[in-house]
Amino acid sequence: MNFDFAAQTPKLMMLLWGLIAFAVVVGGLLVLLDVVPAFFARRREARLIAGSASGAPPRRAKPREGLFAIFFLLPTLLLLLIGLVVPAIRTTLLSFMDGGSQNWVGLDNYRWMFADDSIVRVLLNTLIWVTLVPLVATSIGLLYAVLVDKARLESVAKSLIFMPMAISFVGASIIWKFVYAYRGEGEEQIGLLNQIMVSLGGEPRQWLLDSPLNTLLLIVIMVWIQAGFAMVVLSAAIKAIPADIVEAARLDGVSPWQMFSQITLPSIRPAMIVVVVTISIATLKVFDIVRTSTNGNYDTSVIANEMYNQAFRYGQNGQGSALAVFLFVLVVPIVIFQIRNIRQQRREG
Amino acid sequence: MTTTTPPVAAGTQDTGSPTTRASRVRTRLSSRTATLVAIVIAVVWTIPTFGLFVSSLRPENQIKTTGWWTFFRDPEFTLQNYQDVLFGQASGSGQLANYFVNSLVITLPSVLFPLAFAAMAAYALAWINFRGRDLVYIGIFALQIVPLQMALVPLLSFFSRGVSLGGVTLMPAWNLDGAQNFAQVWFAHTCFALPFAVYLLHNFVSQLPRDLMEAARVDGATHPKIFRTIVLPLIAPALAAFGIFQFLWVWNDLLVALIFAGGSDVTAPLTVRLAELAGTRGNEWQRLTAGAFVSIVVPLIVFLSLQRFFVRGLLAGSVKG
Repeated sequence: MNFDFAAQTPKLMMLLWGLIAFAVVVGGLLVLLDVVPAFFARRREARLIAGSASGAPPRRAKPREGLFAIFFLLPTLLLLLIGLVVPAIRTTLLSFMDGGSQNWVGLDNYRWMFADDSIVRVLLNTLIWVTLVPLVATSIGLLYAVLVDKARLESVAKSLIFMPMAISFVGASIIWKFVYAYRGEGEEQIGLLNQIMVSLGGEPRQWLLDSPLNTLLLIVIMVWIQAGFAMVVLSAAIKAIPADIVEAARLDGVSPWQMFSQITLPSIRPAMIVVVVTISIATLKVFDIVRTSTNGNYDTSVIANEMYNQAFRYGQNGQGSALAVFLFVLVVPIVIFQIRNIRQQRREG
Repeated sequence: MTTTTPPVAAGTQDTGSPTTRASRVRTRLSSRTATLVAIVIAVVWTIPTFGLFVSSLRPENQIKTTGWWTFFRDPEFTLQNYQDVLFGQASGSGQLANYFVNSLVITLPSVLFPLAFAAMAAYALAWINFRGRDLVYIGIFALQIVPLQMALVPLLSFFSRGVSLGGVTLMPAWNLDGAQNFAQVWFAHTCFALPFAVYLLHNFVSQLPRDLMEAARVDGATHPKIFRTIVLPLIAPALAAFGIFQFLWVWNDLLVALIFAGGSDVTAPLTVRLAELAGTRGNEWQRLTAGAFVSIVVPLIVFLSLQRFFVRGLLAGSVKG
């Protein structure tokens, strides 16, 4: 066993510093908020007593609520400003500048996005991802939620589907790459998919090299991860349907299919929308799967991957930023759709 | 969240509608099909992970020449892959023990900071009256939709070059070196986590009973005191929910780590190393299988032991809207 503990010391020291910083910042802030107002309160009291002794009208103590709020909010607002708001504005500006962020180039980067064949392919792939993943993941999640509802071992059955959510996209990609693994014809296959192909009498294939099939196979990984999320949320929604409605329908003798399409589905519509929206947004930003599985080669790249390549590998800040802005633009309508739905629900509810 | 399981009255299942023999048979058939479909889905969902796990325990030459399903015909079991991938000295072996420490060092502060800051912010937004409160809340809420890709390029230059406006340096570069680079990963993760954290915790904090708060105020408790002694204990489940969320997110993250921790063996987490191994040594399955499991095992334990909180947080975060 060769593990160099000495090499770990600086890191653990750094961790210690981080934890100390945490204690100092958070603890300090709370103590500060405790001590300072108490100090002022005492002074005010003293002044009141002094004032009443001298006969001057006491000054009304103004509530200082706002001051507290500022300190409670300070770390969050500061970090959001530095880490998110200003960078987002800068990225938008950078998207109108050249690769080295020196000169303004107007809309060139956006024109490039829709003119360059390889980037158009990237946009097309993203479109395929964002259409298929929410649709398939939600359908499977819903189907499974309905099937295992009130079944024996329900919680175990749910854990099985839900477990991929704990696995990193990188881990999931390796798991599935192994399923897609290829060995030459005549050799014994080590990948499950090719083994199935061979035992059905087909020939083994290099799955991840064939476009457009490879994009679909990467999508399978994302569906595998997201179906569990859909299942959990929809299952909770199904359980929240009032029992008397279900009972009344059962007394009317509806078939299982009618029960599903006329009772279950309308009742869980709000939850469905949330699931579809959440998965869509996650899918738009998918990066790890593509990078780990194919590194975006063989026509599998998507926007987030291309953005990383342009900005951090090719040093094209302008083009990378334009892709990031485009990603943002794609997210906005989805969110507006969701907000409108929530409003509508509130009005109805 | 108010998703309680509806109480199922005993005995209502089988009595009720008059069932003919045919329909009873049909119901049983359809429930058979249902069970079958459920089992098929469950199997498809579990087999890939299971195959990887079995493979990670097989000797190298077997992994590379035969499918993992043959393991059951002629089982040969070894822990050598784990030994190699964790502690091996060869450059391609992984040295994952080292990266495992990095992942831990990255994750702990990246969970604690947003947790504390967001709890404070959520309290202020829910229970302190000040002008513009709703506006601030909506602003933070809206930031959830900004993809973190929008922040990466400028944030990296903020760390490496500082901030200068018209030639005046407002903030010098951080000039971090070696293990100090962890600080910028913590910073980035904290910033990116805050909008969702504030939103999730606000959902919980704002639902605390108003009477309780007012009683505390009447007793003369200050806001920090209420926050520490009343609010924090009451929202512990919510804190746990967000903590698990953030833990899984940070531990499993690749993008933020790639950009802010880089590929160096001092700071890069497991995910970065694994992605690298998958790219450069894509056929070294004895390392990839064991390595993937090393990275999976911690989140899996956290997840399975705290699943209850995680699910509650998930539902509160998504369904409430």
